[in-house]
Amino acid sequence: MNQTSAQTWDEFMEGIWRQNPLFVMVLGLCPALAVTVSAVNALSMGLATTFVLTCSCVLVSLLRKLIPKEVRIATYIVIIATFVTVVDYLIQAISLALYDALGAFIQLIVVNCIILGRAEAHASKNPLLPTLINALGMSAGFTLGLLALGSVREILGAGAFFGVALFGPDFQPWVVMVLPPGGFFVLGAWLLIFAAIARRKQKKLAEITQNA
Amino acid sequence: MTSATILPQTTSPAAMIRTLGLIAALCGFIIVAAYQGTYDAVQENKRIAVERAVFKVIPTARSIVEYFATPAGSVTKVGAGDTAPVGSIKFYAAYDASDRLAGIAAEGVAKGYSDNVRILFAYDPASASISGFGLVAMRETPGIGDKILVDKDFLANFPLEAKLTDDLKKLAQAIVTVKHGSKTHSWEIDAITGATITSRAVGRAINDSAQLLLPRIVPNLTQLKEKS
Amino acid sequence: MSIEIRSAPHIKGTRSVEQIMRHVVWSLLPVCAFFVFQYGLSALLSLLVVTVSCLLTERFFVRQGGQSGDIGDFSAIITGLLLALSLPPGFPLWMGAVAGIVAIALGKALFGGIGFNVFNPALIGRAFVQAAFPQAIATYTPSFMPGRFYEFIPSSMTIPLMQPVSVVEWLQARQFDALAGATPLAKWKFEGVLANADDLLTSLSGHMAVGPSPVLILVCGAYLAFRRFLDWRIPAAILGSAGLTAWMLFALNDVRFPNPFFMLFSGGLILGAVYMATDMATSPVTPKGMWVYGALIGLLTVIIRYYSGLPEGVMYAILIANAATPLIEKITQPTPFGKGVLSNLGRQKKGASYPLHSGYISREDAGAVTPKKRFLFNKPKHPPKE
Repeated sequence: MNQTSAQTWDEFMEGIWRQNPLFVMVLGLCPALAVTVSAVNALSMGLATTFVLTCSCVLVSLLRKLIPKEVRIATYIVIIATFVTVVDYLIQAISLALYDALGAFIQLIVVNCIILGRAEAHASKNPLLPTLINALGMSAGFTLGLLALGSVREILGAGAFFGVALFGPDFQPWVVMVLPPGGFFVLGAWLLIFAAIARRKQKKLAEITQNA
Repeated sequence: MTSATILPQTTSPAAMIRTLGLIAALCGFIIVAAYQGTYDAVQENKRIAVERAVFKVIPTARSIVEYFATPAGSVTKVGAGDTAPVGSIKFYAAYDASDRLAGIAAEGVAKGYSDNVRILFAYDPASASISGFGLVAMRETPGIGDKILVDKDFLANFPLEAKLTDDLKKLAQAIVTVKHGSKTHSWEIDAITGATITSRAVGRAINDSAQLLLPRIVPNLTQLKEKS
Repeated sequence: MSIEIRSAPHIKGTRSVEQIMRHVVWSLLPVCAFFVFQYGLSALLSLLVVTVSCLLTERFFVRQGGQSGDIGDFSAIITGLLLALSLPPGFPLWMGAVAGIVAIALGKALFGGIGFNVFNPALIGRAFVQAAFPQAIATYTPSFMPGRFYEFIPSSMTIPLMQPVSVVEWLQARQFDALAGATPLAKWKFEGVLANADDLLTSLSGHMAVGPSPVLILVCGAYLAFRRFLDWRIPAAILGSAGLTAWMLFALNDVRFPNPFFMLFSGGLILGAVYMATDMATSPVTPKGMWVYGALIGLLTVIIRYYSGLPEGVMYAILIANAATPLIEKITQPTPFGKGVLSNLGRQKKGASYPLHSGYISREDAGAVTPKKRFLFNKPKHPPKE
């Protein structure tokens, strides 16, 4: 029992670290660059994607024996589009200001390749529980990635974090950070950091195996 | 499902259609449920958003009523679920605490620097002027285009004269945005240096909308006078 | 044992990179001294801070490994000095430091260090701060202020991350209006005031908000060109094409467009033409390509200055031309001797134009083995499968 729970935990962490959709697989860049001007936007985008990813993967996993493989992609898209529509209504009901801030990128979750990728590569082959854990891990990884982008851009671009001013009224905003190039700069910097960490880890691993 | 022993495995068209139909029905059900479940909250949110925007440009307003201005020159109140008659323009009549007309708000849109600038402007019937404007949506450069909301000189352009000609067919003087520092008439908008394009968009949005809307509203002002 | 892998040619010139760079730094020193003479302490500190931030960034990346070059080759100093010269003298020091870091990190280290960069690092740094702090970079102060050697321009000493201290009151206390800080280009663009060409040439008269004297820069550049540390064709092409374009427009409409002398000697055109566009790594190596490259920069500069919302366009012109450099090189490859268009007329194209030597043995016949390429010394391995 203990071993299975450890495995579950590994499976979950996979999405956050080793297979992080944003920083390792570099997927879903469109929302990652477009809506992450503030931490709030990034978090809501992450949560919306989480909802769509988890629900559609669960449904795909439940129906996986029923779906003919010739029309599976069409089926996945219909299922994903359904949940995107649901999340669209939900965000409108929660806050119109947020809905305006995220704009067309809510509807564009449909074409987020992370979701179709998970449905095709994982959910269609695995039973409910592993699918749920994998989807949750992936969504958590994506949300954290967006949040990492959004926080840096908001802190530098507006001197605030989740709307709370950090540096007082005299702060000089870095205008470039709230413009599209800022998204590329920050994403590049995060990719660099991730690559550096991964490289260091590998070096250590190689040393250990060499010594052993 | 066909037998798994036959290779390559195929599914009969009937089975495919059946499955797809089933899944589509399931998805349809989920969507309708979500729509119904959130309908009230969404409508309430939209109403609050509109109210807030109107209250911002007409500070004395306490309640609003939605109207359509039809091409025939009449105004009709918008009931729940009404669809707009062809060619009509929506506007909001705002009433103060004692239910008297405080002002009229309407949307205007014009091309700005990077996308359409959508604004909500307030018309004050008593002085026949545009008393102010608020932003609905825009994508102008932060730090430059968004000066239109904070620049003191720019906001000092309002109230802006918007009198109609004697036959009430169009504005007596078209509202135009002029270069910074060259404003001489009360219907001109003094542009912000460095944000000329956005300033012009504001002027054009107000002008385009007012030219269409005011000739339809002004003859019917008595109808709008009291909250009905 | 470590083997250096380098691309051809393997013939070693007598000049080292370090030597060239050192000479460029020497030739820049009079220009920097003039800049300090114009703006005093603030300019000196700005030069120091920007250069030091460039050097520290360079040191960090060279230490981290993964890129060629070393800290002692003076190239980071050139980047720092040029960057500081292209910024306003009263530019907040913390923003200058940011510009220096971005210049080396994004403009140079990212591409693999010295010689591999696609864009001029100093201009990358400047473009970044231009996009990040558009207001601060447009705030110039008049030169030759009384007491400039005892006090700083207030905006220099801004607390990091905060908005620049306003210079308006400081200017008023010295009987200058707020517009005294506008550069000649900005004055022309927004107010229609044209500065004198000879005032611009020396940068000595009055309290104009200009950079170091174009004449001095030209003299220093001439020294470098004379010693063959830079190619004279690039500045000549830039100035020629900018002058020609400006002159044609001036001839068409002398009310709307300023005279070509104003175009040539205002703003950063001379500095950019002599020192920034001639950066060896980012400009074409073919002689014909240099003319094309320079002409492109001159033309773009004038177009940006006249028709865009920005008063100055040298930076973007050079960056665009940097990006076009590989293409320019491709279309301007010199024809090898004997391969000209004329000599090919009426002749059939053949594979080899000389008879093979009878004793020739092909590589395959000789059983030669090509060693496997091994560039990725730490190629990432796939994570072990559970």
